[in-house]
Amino acid sequence: MAERRFEISRIPGFATIAVATFVMLYLPIAALVTFSFNAGNSVAVWEGFSLHWYADAWNNQAVKDATARSLIIAVCAAVISTTVATLAAMGTTRRARFRGDTFIYVAINQPLMVPEIVTAVALMILFGMVKEATGYQGLGYLILAHSAFCIPFAYLPIRARLEGMDLSLETAAGDLYATPWQTFRHVTLPLLGPGILAGAMLAFVISLDDVIITEFVKSGGQDTLPTYMLGQLRRTMTPEVNAISTALLALTVVLLTIFFLLTRKRD
Amino acid sequence: MTEAVTIEARNAVKAFGQGDHVVRALDDVSIQIRKGEFFTLLGPSGCGKTTLLRLIAGFEMPTSGTILLDGADITDLPPNRRPVNTVFQSYALFPHLTVAENVGFGLTMQGRPKAEVKARVAEMLALVKLEAMAGRKTSQLSGGQQQRVALARALAPQPKVLLLDEPLSALDLKLRKEMQVELKRLQTETGITFIFVTHDQEEALTMSDRVGVMSAGKLQQVGSPKEIYTRPVNRFVASFIGETNFLPATVVAGGVRLSTGDVVEVATAAMGTVTLTVRPEQVRIVGAGEAGAISARVKFLVYFGTDTHCHLALADGTEVVARVQSPASGEAGIVEGSEIGIRFAPGAAQVLED
Ligand SMILES: Nc1ncnc2c1ncn2[C@@H]1O[C@H](COP(=O)(O)OP(=O)(O)OP(=O)(O)O)[C@@H](O)[C@H]1O
Ligand SMILES: [Mg+2]
Repeated sequence: MAERRFEISRIPGFATIAVATFVMLYLPIAALVTFSFNAGNSVAVWEGFSLHWYADAWNNQAVKDATARSLIIAVCAAVISTTVATLAAMGTTRRARFRGDTFIYVAINQPLMVPEIVTAVALMILFGMVKEATGYQGLGYLILAHSAFCIPFAYLPIRARLEGMDLSLETAAGDLYATPWQTFRHVTLPLLGPGILAGAMLAFVISLDDVIITEFVKSGGQDTLPTYMLGQLRRTMTPEVNAISTALLALTVVLLTIFFLLTRKRD
Repeated sequence: MTEAVTIEARNAVKAFGQGDHVVRALDDVSIQIRKGEFFTLLGPSGCGKTTLLRLIAGFEMPTSGTILLDGADITDLPPNRRPVNTVFQSYALFPHLTVAENVGFGLTMQGRPKAEVKARVAEMLALVKLEAMAGRKTSQLSGGQQQRVALARALAPQPKVLLLDEPLSALDLKLRKEMQVELKRLQTETGITFIFVTHDQEEALTMSDRVGVMSAGKLQQVGSPKEIYTRPVNRFVASFIGETNFLPATVVAGGVRLSTGDVVEVATAAMGTVTLTVRPEQVRIVGAGEAGAISARVKFLVYFGTDTHCHLALADGTEVVARVQSPASGEAGIVEGSEIGIRFAPGAAQVLED
């Protein structure tokens, strides 16, 4: 017997809205990618196929420097935020519920709730004082800032994985002569692996993509790929920006696909 | 006869919760488990069986009291430093390791040489007949096979005591019977002390050297299956193990007087009002009015195949169940509504103090 359920696809205009939504989502990206292969200088008028904007971007020293900076920051931020997030997830799931644990949950996820521009201004002011006092101008500020706002993105998949883990596995390890450290090393960590990898990947992508905080925190000559591109907009735009965006898009898609596969696959 | 004691609990108390919500999961339990025996903890759900095992394994600290292993106090020792292993009800096999790695886990953690681990794993897999599965992931095994891996894993480090918390409850009846035999064989072959938890009384009676019956956090009786069945110390034990009749009675010279006025000869040191208990299979049906028999009327019969349960009413309405062999077809049996007499087999009736 077919049950009579509410079926959203029966609503008049469902197909039209669905198609319109997909067009809105993907048309801009399609245009961006298409014009990255434009032979001419325009990002709006098609003048034939060419790969030379990719070659240009590849040979542009400023792009190379920005890419290197972006990758260094993203890798450091991913490693740091994932480590912190793993510890935070262990701390918030491996114990009985207690008064105020919701508050801790909120505190960990603060970067998701405070408007990024507020954090950016606050960091600019604070780091300004530190720069004044210490004279240090390096990438450390960006790495620190990125690590902080990446924590919740790394935390959520790790926590989800931990919550789904059978606690009796750790009890069993202890029963079989594993010290608490061995239990963590040989049981908890391997089982947590996919969650940690997923968290790290998400943190990496989020860091790679960041504009607002980076723009406010960076010192002179510390452009990352996104802030470099933002700078290009103020001059004449060429399909070089499209080429860089397309490359970033490709990298992100690859990482997110891996992320999806990791989180979907149980055990 | 002095037998070596392996595990001993002295006045173990375990309370959970605080203030008004304190649950005494274990209430002053003292017990001695002998070396090499198959000991079963039996009791209804929530009586504290798992809690006692967890105290012995070291997963939980007693609120008060001590746990001793071979006479040494191990109350404060963490689980990884106790030569005691557990077979968990959920098996708790490591999903990221192969069958062989699971079995070798304890030995590896102890830092035994690789060659020794390998040899011992092979030996254990042979013992549980899973040699062919060594390289498989545990998720690719059936429930019964997972059960065997859990057993092999817990036995591999040669613990002094193996704790088994309802290990068979997840298996279907046929597999359960097989595993009962298997467990008994493993226990005999390894000589390791087994402490087995179940709430299945038949399982407890058939497998154990001794049984401890628990109720509401207290140990009610410890003894051989036969002692527990034939000489229950109180009403709880008598009714929890098997079926039985309870008859209100008062102690008189040479025995007890039932509510019907009939006197049953039985030895007792008790005084005043007591309860007489007698198993249905010890109730003999005789002709009405036979000398010394208690007169009864057959209310109804329940046919069980080999046996028939006769539900009887005594003169004052007290109900008694007698279990008799079902008559062969054609043979005249007891019929509903007929007046008969009953007798208790010598020594079968027993007085329980109220
Ligand atoms: N961690 C805990 N916190 C609070 N109460 C608990 C805890 N563990 C056990 N209890 C309580 O202690 C009592 C005994 O529990 P236990 O698990 O030992 O029972 P059991 O005999 O093993 O029962 P079952 O046959 O259902 O497994 C129960 O009332 C239970 O609710
Ligand atoms: Mg239990």
